[in-house]
Amino acid sequence: MIELMVNGIKRSVDVVPEMPLLWVLRDELGITSPKYGCGVAQCGACTVHIDGKAVRSCQAHIGEVAGKSVVTLEGLDNKEQNPVLQAWIEHQVPQCGYCQTGQIMQTISLLARISKPTDEQINQVMSGNLCRCGTYPRIRAAIHAAASRKMAEK
Amino acid sequence: MGHMQSLSRRAFVFGSAAVAGGIAFGAYGNAEAAAPSASDNPLAAGLGPDSVTFNPWVEISPDKITLIAQHADIGQGVGSVQPIMIAEEMDLDPGQFEIRFASPSPAYFNTGFADEFAPFVAADQSPAAEEARAATLEWLRKSGLQMTGGSSSMPDTYEKLRVAGAVARETLKAAAARRSGIAVADLRTESGHVILPNGSRIAYVALAAEAAKIPPVLDAKPRDPSKWRMLGKPMQRLDIRAKVMGELKFGIDMKMDGMLYASVKLNPGKGQPLKSYDASKARAMPGVKKILEIKNGVAVIATNSWYAMEAVDAIACEWAPSAYPAEQADHWKVLESSFKPEFLGKEWRKIGDIETGLKTGTRVEAEYRAPYVAHQPLEPLNGIGLVTDTGMEIWVGHQSPRFVQWVAATAIGLKPEQVTFHNQWTGGSFGHRLEYENVRVLAEIANQMKGTPIKLVFSREEDFLQDIPRQIAIARHRGSIDKGKIVAADLQLASTAPLKGLLERSGTPSKDPDGQLAAGLWNVYYDIPNFRATSYEAQGLSPSTTWRSVGASTSGFFTESFIDELIHAAGLDPMKARIAMCTVPHYRKVLETVAEMSDWKGPLGNGRGRGVAFVESFGTPTAEVVEVTATDRGIRIDKVWVAADVGKVIDPVNFESQVQGGVVWGLGHAINCELTYSKGAAQQTNYNHHEAMRIYQCPVIEVRGLENDPKVRGVGEPPVPPAAPALANAIFAATGKRIREMPFNKFIDFV
Repeated sequence: MIELMVNGIKRSVDVVPEMPLLWVLRDELGITSPKYGCGVAQCGACTVHIDGKAVRSCQAHIGEVAGKSVVTLEGLDNKEQNPVLQAWIEHQVPQCGYCQTGQIMQTISLLARISKPTDEQINQVMSGNLCRCGTYPRIRAAIHAAASRKMAEK
Repeated sequence: MGHMQSLSRRAFVFGSAAVAGGIAFGAYGNAEAAAPSASDNPLAAGLGPDSVTFNPWVEISPDKITLIAQHADIGQGVGSVQPIMIAEEMDLDPGQFEIRFASPSPAYFNTGFADEFAPFVAADQSPAAEEARAATLEWLRKSGLQMTGGSSSMPDTYEKLRVAGAVARETLKAAAARRSGIAVADLRTESGHVILPNGSRIAYVALAAEAAKIPPVLDAKPRDPSKWRMLGKPMQRLDIRAKVMGELKFGIDMKMDGMLYASVKLNPGKGQPLKSYDASKARAMPGVKKILEIKNGVAVIATNSWYAMEAVDAIACEWAPSAYPAEQADHWKVLESSFKPEFLGKEWRKIGDIETGLKTGTRVEAEYRAPYVAHQPLEPLNGIGLVTDTGMEIWVGHQSPRFVQWVAATAIGLKPEQVTFHNQWTGGSFGHRLEYENVRVLAEIANQMKGTPIKLVFSREEDFLQDIPRQIAIARHRGSIDKGKIVAADLQLASTAPLKGLLERSGTPSKDPDGQLAAGLWNVYYDIPNFRATSYEAQGLSPSTTWRSVGASTSGFFTESFIDELIHAAGLDPMKARIAMCTVPHYRKVLETVAEMSDWKGPLGNGRGRGVAFVESFGTPTAEVVEVTATDRGIRIDKVWVAADVGKVIDPVNFESQVQGGVVWGLGHAINCELTYSKGAAQQTNYNHHEAMRIYQCPVIEVRGLENDPKVRGVGEPPVPPAAPALANAIFAATGKRIREMPFNKFIDFV
């Protein structure tokens, strides 16, 4: 059995240690906001936070995650007041929506490090998150809006 | 119309003689003798006690209102705007109703295809054209063609869903009038209630039982758009919140009790069988429950998707060779030799005397190429299937519910009506979810695992390998200019046939030329006195299918790049010349609008360049201007301006999203995507080989919707075709380099 903390709850799973965290979350624990898109860290749809850092969960072997704290979009604190989620809703970012949970988790991590990112910084951090529907103009606008909102709250 | 009256019950063939000029659509073989007709309401059968349904889109029980989304939601937002069109007329607010996807039924036949399938260009509103469209509509009604695609959701549903809502509203008022004894004229509706003159309110759900006992008020008329509360104004898509909160369940997120997981390895030589396999290694791998042989490959059943994918990857397979050339170079050779009478699709249009025209003035000739491209929506193909002794249930996101029934049933010897289909929210499609590989394979697997729900998920690599790509095409265009004018354009292309291929795999093969190869080729609205548009259909190449904007995605690039070459050869300004040549007044307005938006004033200089392109596809005239800068690190796309005329902008925020997304799609794939074959298999198997656009390359995209077209048009696809030629034309303006083949990064670097 491998033990880990997911969204503040202690979970244990009986799988091989090489199994990626993504599939443990989805198939073993029923947590479906991290999405399978590519399996090779090319799309970012599976992005979660491990010990506060944005990570591609398709690349994290469960054996290495043991004992660490995993947060998925489901487990964000105070979701209704989260400035990133609010900006995403206001700007109506999603089309199909499949990549958006990963985009959001990546953005939360970005804004934790850089409170008011420039377009260039957004490009650097967000280019690993693919969106096949082409919502990039709205993602960019929502990131700027979320940054402003966060600043205003402080 | 005699042909129509002799329709057989089992199948009917629509030859080109059936309708004036012929419909680009073939036999329809799936209509069962006992199948319900388009006039039946499929909701009636499942109705609970004290409940009512007025039409196939509205169902009210004592505790809830359910609105049916007829078209599949593939990210384009119709899962929201369809119910809102009904809710607008019913005076319902968001949150007061549930949304359910339509079940397979001819009642949901797509009226929106009437324009696209009738053999007249969109701008032709002549009586003959309208007559052909009306006849096509009747054919669609009889065939019960239920399909999402061709940017047809709004043209199909704009009238009928508002009428459906109006009928529900007026019938509920009639029921309230009966109960209260007050005249209907003195009743009004608001927020899910009928309001009596004294201000008391009766909830719709409380009227369901009584409304079921009276005949529906069928002559109810939808309101004038000036009265709209929600439509036509910026509104929140109903699915946004659930998607942002991570709560929306896509097909791939579904789970059933007792479910097992499957993954497959299929012959990469698309459609060919398995010869032999060795699963000895896979059998011993963790979580593996079973290994199955299916027609064109192998499947592993395991306790989770990852175990299944890992194990199936470890199976060694020997495949029958592909039916198309093993190597990509030979695909191009076949195309090159397809410009011959024996491969003629159709001469779609002929104006003036092309041969004489070509001999006048200065000749311009150019060859253009467009490769196969994959669809690759981010949610890979998947589905859940359960086969029992009585039939099959299937949960899968798909654009053609009735064809899903037919494909699954045919794969395992059932009748289509034995297949119960549950449509799902999907993580994109772009044409991918019009094909059936996951459906067919899932039926085979579930049939071997009777009684156990099986969830099939394709690995990304398998999804790429089995992706039936966009058509490959070569254009050989000739034209001439004389005295500063284009006097002739002879547009010819050889291509694989995307729509014909899809129809054949849907069980409805057609012998007619593929109408999608005319899209963007024959519907050219410039005043060119000598004009000809001809398609050739290459044989023996990779199966091809509809990819966002279909035929126009390749021929729009060919035509609008070549027109640009002619304009430059004539020494004219690309924007002014297009405006001057445009023969349809409200299409000219689209060009004038994009010129105004971009403040077009001719060449920019200093390594900067602008290109313009104009393509009408699916009835929507769309003009785009792309601005680029040639930098030390390559071409940078700075800005895009788009104007499109859809007759009526119904959902303005989503309209802008669709246009921006279409531009990103068109540009991204033009820059860096192609699908090539080696040893019969696609060489690109993940996004790093087939990247399209990421955020760092995405320009600012300014959008304007016009409402001058006499009909309501769609916008999911029309922004795609002008993007590639506008970019190529901009690169020419900036660098003097004319790129005639996609992907462009084979010829020039991009930042």
